[in-house]
Amino acid sequence: MYWNEKYECIEEAELKELQLERLKTTVKRAFYNVPFYRKTFQEIGLEPSDIKDLNDLQRLPFTSKKDLRDNYPFGMFAVPMSEIVRIHSSSGTTGKPTVVGYTRHDIEVWSELMARALVCGGATRHDIIQNAYGYGLFTGGLGVHYGCERLGASVIPISGGNTKRQIMIMKDYKSTVLTCTPSYALHIAETMDDMGVDPEELELHHGIFGAEPWSENMRQEIERRLNISAVDIYGLSEVIGPGVGIECQEKDGLHIFSDHFLIEVIDPVTEKPVEPGQMGELVITSLTKEALPIIRYRTRDITSIIPKKCPCGRTHVKVQRFTGRTDDMIIIRGVNVFPSQVESVLLEMGGVEPHYRLIVDRKGTLDTLEVQVEVSEKLFSDKVRGLEEFERRLAHELESTLAISVKVTLVEPRTIERSEGKAVRVIDKRKFS
Amino acid sequence: MKIKQISVFLENKSGRLAAVTRLLAKNDINIRALSIADTSDFGILRLIVKSPERAYKVLKESGFTVSLTEVIGVEMPDRPGGLSDVMTLLEEAGINIEYLYAFIGKGDKGATVIFRVEQLDEAIKALDTNGITVLNGEKIYNL
Repeated sequence: MYWNEKYECIEEAELKELQLERLKTTVKRAFYNVPFYRKTFQEIGLEPSDIKDLNDLQRLPFTSKKDLRDNYPFGMFAVPMSEIVRIHSSSGTTGKPTVVGYTRHDIEVWSELMARALVCGGATRHDIIQNAYGYGLFTGGLGVHYGCERLGASVIPISGGNTKRQIMIMKDYKSTVLTCTPSYALHIAETMDDMGVDPEELELHHGIFGAEPWSENMRQEIERRLNISAVDIYGLSEVIGPGVGIECQEKDGLHIFSDHFLIEVIDPVTEKPVEPGQMGELVITSLTKEALPIIRYRTRDITSIIPKKCPCGRTHVKVQRFTGRTDDMIIIRGVNVFPSQVESVLLEMGGVEPHYRLIVDRKGTLDTLEVQVEVSEKLFSDKVRGLEEFERRLAHELESTLAISVKVTLVEPRTIERSEGKAVRVIDKRKFS
Repeated sequence: MKIKQISVFLENKSGRLAAVTRLLAKNDINIRALSIADTSDFGILRLIVKSPERAYKVLKESGFTVSLTEVIGVEMPDRPGGLSDVMTLLEEAGINIEYLYAFIGKGDKGATVIFRVEQLDEAIKALDTNGITVLNGEKIYNL
């Protein structure tokens, strides 16, 4: 099932042609209308006419969250305010909020992308969609809402919170699709348990969850507890909001809507593209945005390109589910390591609680990585052999994932500190002088 | 005939064994026998105690990783060849021994050895039919 088969299953050559044409337009729009872009282009002596093929994307300067903040509130807009029909912004918890604007056409595109995403996630126009994303400055609520209306489904704009009422409405209005953050979906499931509501009694069959990273284990738990099929949706307000990408029913990575966004995955340190399949930072360039064209935006989200065709028929590029943020990255012997990689290996191995700690040290001139894992009841027996085998197996798995040698140490339960529920994952003992 | 052994995971750092023994002392649990298997970064302490279930609970509640395993206690004469005879018997019966450790000179015949084997029931049968005394729990816990 596709919402827009023509574009979602477009031939590769045709897609590239479309992307190039749209990239050229975007670069021009940014250069001639946004002083920030004109300045950064001119600093490296780049003219819009220098963009001749898609590889020239790499010649363009990056844009960061800081650039948006520095141009607070409307400095990045490429159209006069009379053309802006909507303003959203981030909460600004980590600094000045980032402000984004939309023209009428941007809202059209966004609604189209969200309609595609909903269909990709399993919804149809016959569904009753309970939209529990927050409505307001946050892009989640209204983004999903407009997509539902475009699709022609019946949307319940319930917004977040008041969980008991959510469940009552879910029962009485016979909601079939739930959209919210994955952690809220789990909270709804727990509250149902407390209220004695059996998910079997509900009509709910699909869930589309995003706005925060979540693991495969969490998906399975949500699917089991709510008796639904759940997919991951991705988006960020700086780029458009929800609807940048979504998982299809294969549930094996997210399609990024490539006729509207160009993506790259780069090494966050060297800023060079990594090989397909390698982990790195996702960089997004918008291709059709009018109000806020965004060029090579550093998302700080960690993923990798899946270099194979998807059986669902969509030709758009696919990326792995997001595993973390570059802010957590450490560099060991020149290799970028993310704590989340360790976590996913542990989850795949099973039998252990994902309580772990990375100890980075330097012996002589060589960096060393020790991964401490809390031994669990499940893993433990009276035999040394079992534990040693586990250490070896884990070290092997970690080495093949991280591409550096790892020493695994089993430690007693609760020896890894948990401060306010969030564990300290990395201890870097190296002294750089 | 099977007896219960407590195993405790210990990180290889100072004070861990002291912590376990202190806890058992505080709860008035007497240790009958013990052995430690160690690697470079962790160890497994194995204990035969008077009240294994209570010891398990006490250790677990204090945050240790603990497991309860079944082992057998075999009585044998305290003379050269005493252990050898038993080992030969088990070898002939095709019993795989994971590990063993000995009690110090107590019991009716003088020596008691704790065996951790893969095939518990077969081991007991092999020993029994050959007139070797396999001690029951009560006897061992109260040695």
